Amino acid sequence: MSDKATYVRRLGDNALILSQRLCEWCGKGPALEEDMALTNVALDLIGQARLWLSYAAELEGAGQDENQLAFSRDAHLFNNLLLVEQPNGNYADTLVRQFYFDLWHYFLLKELTQSSDARIADIALKSIKEVTYHVRRSGDLIVRLGDGTELSHRMVQTAVDQLWMYSGEMFSSDAVDESMTQAGIAPQTDLLRTQWLQQVQEILTEAGLQMPPADAWMQSGGKQGKHSEHLGYLLAEMQFLQRTYPGASW
Amino acid sequence: MNASTSTQTLEQQIWGWLEQVPDPEIPVISVVDLGIVRAVEVRDVDQQTQCTIVITPTYSGCPAMKVIAQDIVTLLAQHGLAQVAIETRLAPAWSTDWMSERGRSQLHDYGIAPPAQQVIDISGISRARPQAPKVACPHCGSMQTICVSQFGSTSCKSLYQCKDCLEPFDYFKAH
Repeated sequence: MSDKATYVRRLGDNALILSQRLCEWCGKGPALEEDMALTNVALDLIGQARLWLSYAAELEGAGQDENQLAFSRDAHLFNNLLLVEQPNGNYADTLVRQFYFDLWHYFLLKELTQSSDARIADIALKSIKEVTYHVRRSGDLIVRLGDGTELSHRMVQTAVDQLWMYSGEMFSSDAVDESMTQAGIAPQTDLLRTQWLQQVQEILTEAGLQMPPADAWMQSGGKQGKHSEHLGYLLAEMQFLQRTYPGASW
Repeated sequence: MNASTSTQTLEQQIWGWLEQVPDPEIPVISVVDLGIVRAVEVRDVDQQTQCTIVITPTYSGCPAMKVIAQDIVTLLAQHGLAQVAIETRLAPAWSTDWMSERGRSQLHDYGIAPPAQQVIDISGISRARPQAPKVACPHCGSMQTICVSQFGSTSCKSLYQCKDCLEPFDYFKAH
């Protein structure tokens, strides 16, 4: 598989897996508005996943489409970040996971709108308009809960600390990333890291929360297909229908 | 009438017919007034009329796109056009700036506040920027409204409430 196909697949897998996680909240959100917001974000992400994965399938040229990529791969063939497969936990865990992801997603897509690959640039430009709304909501809620009650403050701070070790992978760079950067297809990951850290610091400060140390030890492996045990359970639910009735359609 | 004139006339007719295809989720506005239809192309190949309709998604996950494509094919078949291809084009990305004046007033009359600002600003995410735009209540016209949630009943809408008449209402987000 070409580096570009792998790179685009990673983008699609991030959107797909996070969307599936958010869908678990459907009908269970702590307030009607929150329930709708989470499912709206999930819907945007599933649309973006479809755009990325259909392009990945074309690049791979193995005769598969985006549905087959989503529903017939096993966990070790998924290339999403460990962050997005983390369980929903309590509401603070869900919001902080989203906050870390949305900020990175925004800065990444902004650079990808300048990609030398026209299809990637088009998808990025379509997606960033949606993600700008996601980022606004995430930052807003972190400030409201961090600067809210003693309980909400404590729970958000705990989530910030516990999920921190999954943030580093967004900025890790392997051979695939390096070849994409050299080809002018994708930005340098450390450029994104600087922007991300600055914005996270700004919002956590406004929320009265402590940012964990930037040089803390970080988990990695998701991009290369080495996942936590959580992904298998997620896929078991997401892929059940296609696994049981292969090729079933509406 | 020569061939190119008749092709042009047919294209104009098709644009007119497409004004009868409603958005499935907001049936007061047509896919033309919403700015979803980007191009209509007609060709004569071996004495058969072939037609391509280019559409663009509003939001990338919008579930209405498939229904819209089917509705267009069905409508054109009723007008005797059997060979219709629907092409989905991503770029340039759809914007609420493409919504027609007629579409905006149709939304308003239906109780949905039309987009109050230009296309969403994607250039930065500083929290110092104004976040929710000031929107007039579609029921009483008051500007004393608050954004309850940036996300509403469909991808394209936010939830607002009027502080004067107290009615909640949908706002069609600038995009």
